[in-house]
Amino acid sequence: MIAAEADKPVIRPQNDKPVIKLQDITRVYKVGVESIHALDGISLELKENEYVAVMGTSGSGKSTLMNVMGCLDRATSGYYGLDGQDTTKLSDAALARVRNERIGFVFQSFELLGQLTALKNVEMPLIYSKNGWWSRRKRAKNVLERVGLGDRIKHRPNQLSGGEKQRVAIARALVCGPSILLADEPTGNLDSKTSESIMELFDRLHHEGQTIIIVTHEEHIAHHAERIIHMKDGRVDSDITSNRVPSDKTKMQNDERGGLS
Amino acid sequence: MRALMRALMAFLRLFYQSVYLSLGQIWANKTRSILTTIGIVIGVASVTAVIAALSGLKAKILTQVETLGSNTIFISPKRPETGPLQHAPYWSIRFLPEHFDGMLEHCPSVERFGRQTWVGGHTVTHRERSADNVSVRGIEPECHKIESRPVTLGRPLSVIDEMQVRQVCLIDPKLRNDLRLDRDCIGEPILIGHNTFYIVGVLEARPESMFGGGDQETSEIFIPFRTSFKLRRYLYVGVIAESKSAEVSDDARAEISFFLRRTRNIKPGEPDTFEVQSLKNILDMFNDIALKVTLVAGGIVGISLLVGGVGIMNIMLVTVSERTREIGLRKAVGAKKSAILTQFLIEAVVLCFVGGLVGVGFGQLLTTGIANIPNVELDMAYIPLWAIGLAFGFSGTVGIFFGMFPAIKAARLDPIEALRHE
Repeated sequence: MIAAEADKPVIRPQNDKPVIKLQDITRVYKVGVESIHALDGISLELKENEYVAVMGTSGSGKSTLMNVMGCLDRATSGYYGLDGQDTTKLSDAALARVRNERIGFVFQSFELLGQLTALKNVEMPLIYSKNGWWSRRKRAKNVLERVGLGDRIKHRPNQLSGGEKQRVAIARALVCGPSILLADEPTGNLDSKTSESIMELFDRLHHEGQTIIIVTHEEHIAHHAERIIHMKDGRVDSDITSNRVPSDKTKMQNDERGGLS
Repeated sequence: MRALMRALMAFLRLFYQSVYLSLGQIWANKTRSILTTIGIVIGVASVTAVIAALSGLKAKILTQVETLGSNTIFISPKRPETGPLQHAPYWSIRFLPEHFDGMLEHCPSVERFGRQTWVGGHTVTHRERSADNVSVRGIEPECHKIESRPVTLGRPLSVIDEMQVRQVCLIDPKLRNDLRLDRDCIGEPILIGHNTFYIVGVLEARPESMFGGGDQETSEIFIPFRTSFKLRRYLYVGVIAESKSAEVSDDARAEISFFLRRTRNIKPGEPDTFEVQSLKNILDMFNDIALKVTLVAGGIVGISLLVGGVGIMNIMLVTVSERTREIGLRKAVGAKKSAILTQFLIEAVVLCFVGGLVGVGFGQLLTTGIANIPNVELDMAYIPLWAIGLAFGFSGTVGIFFGMFPAIKAARLDPIEALRHE
């Protein structure tokens, strides 16, 4: 079921079901006697197939927000629902499963394993999944083709360029068919030209129905998104949904479809 | 049931994956892995070599027993461990030939017995040729039947030789060669010391024996028991006997002891001044010694494995801290604590197993080396299958024991911290 979802691009769903629902989320770090409020009462709702950029200066809490949304970190208080499921009361093992099946991470420094090939790197999340084991090679191959690296599957990370590495990392994030794709500064280690091509890939994935959250501090990256959330001091400073649905996007989508098939 | 199957499948996958990954890691860090496992290698190699040597010795003894006959009983004087005779001179507790007169009538489980004397090394001369240090033994004819040394040429010693105290002898082929005698040397006179003896037969060459002493360098001469007292007035006497069957060998020993206590005038309550040993008995004693040696060797090996294990733990800790980011990533993509734990534990165990494998290989080399040392009676040394199992079992246990701490450390890492780690 999940496999099928990952293999073929999904038709853009039009329902407004919330994928992520945050209510009064706080995250407090205790440093000695001081307590630091990294997140100070955040309430957010993300719908399916939304394309969100989270912006903010360093220390604004955007990374913490991403960790909480990615189920890597637990909120100190508040409610976090993912696909309608309350994650605040889940055990560590259950959270690991949630990360495996519903969340795809893309990191600034790619985090590929050096001694494994691109294919093996992409296969890795399926090793930990319940039903991805037997089909893992096929699925990894498919998703690598989807990000445009069908001819690089046997290469090791040190034989790939930065952009290609990030594509492998994106493929790895997508391989389990996650509900949300969380990207933390995905272009931070790339030059501007490569950044642009990676962002085009994100745009295309969005058109194929993927819910995407990008954490960034670069304006031009953020402008690819339809909704930009600014963070400041652990709070949402502004939440702007641009109603920019330009015609070139539809055109681009058609181009991509053509190119893929 | 289904859930159980699922869990099992999940574990098998993880197991396969972990083994695959860890072999990759070991291959990637070859030098480090070799240095780390050296402790295990040495431990396993030495324990397998020791076990191989002991197994070889045992196999050797067992084949000896087969040639000697498992019903054989050895009777010899022995100082008691307690009492006034504890430090008695050996001469005072020696056997006299007459101690054994009538033993067969009193010991129903004993089939036959034969007295023998060790005259010691003599120079044997035939014309101009002589051989030094030939071991001369006086035997009763019955000894032939107990100790299966076939006579290949001529005849064995007979009761008549014994009765008439004839100066006849049996020689072994080595002595015949040394003295340059004809192949058919029956009837030839030879000089033992200054006494002339006539050769009546040639014995088959001695099988390599642990009992009856000596190596194959010295040759042997057998003369009638009573004749041996002509060569030397005072001789130590020993007796070999044979029980009617292996089952009654303990009965036979008891009967002989009882009989000897009477003939040697040992009062009730006084300790025995002799010992009666069956081959089974001797084998038991050997097994006992072998076990002790194995235990001591095991102790030494245990220390070596301990050191090796600490090395493994150390290197696994280094690995965990080197691969912190990888652990973080694996956790981020959904690896549970148990998965990380298993991965690192299996890596440690695989490292130990590789060490064990190399160790068994070295053990085999050592064993081949031991088996080829001349004159050490270890040419049958081999590594039994259970020793290999034991070696692997031990190294696996060391891997689990010393790999546990680093693996737990890895499993407990916080994914966010781990991903931020430099």
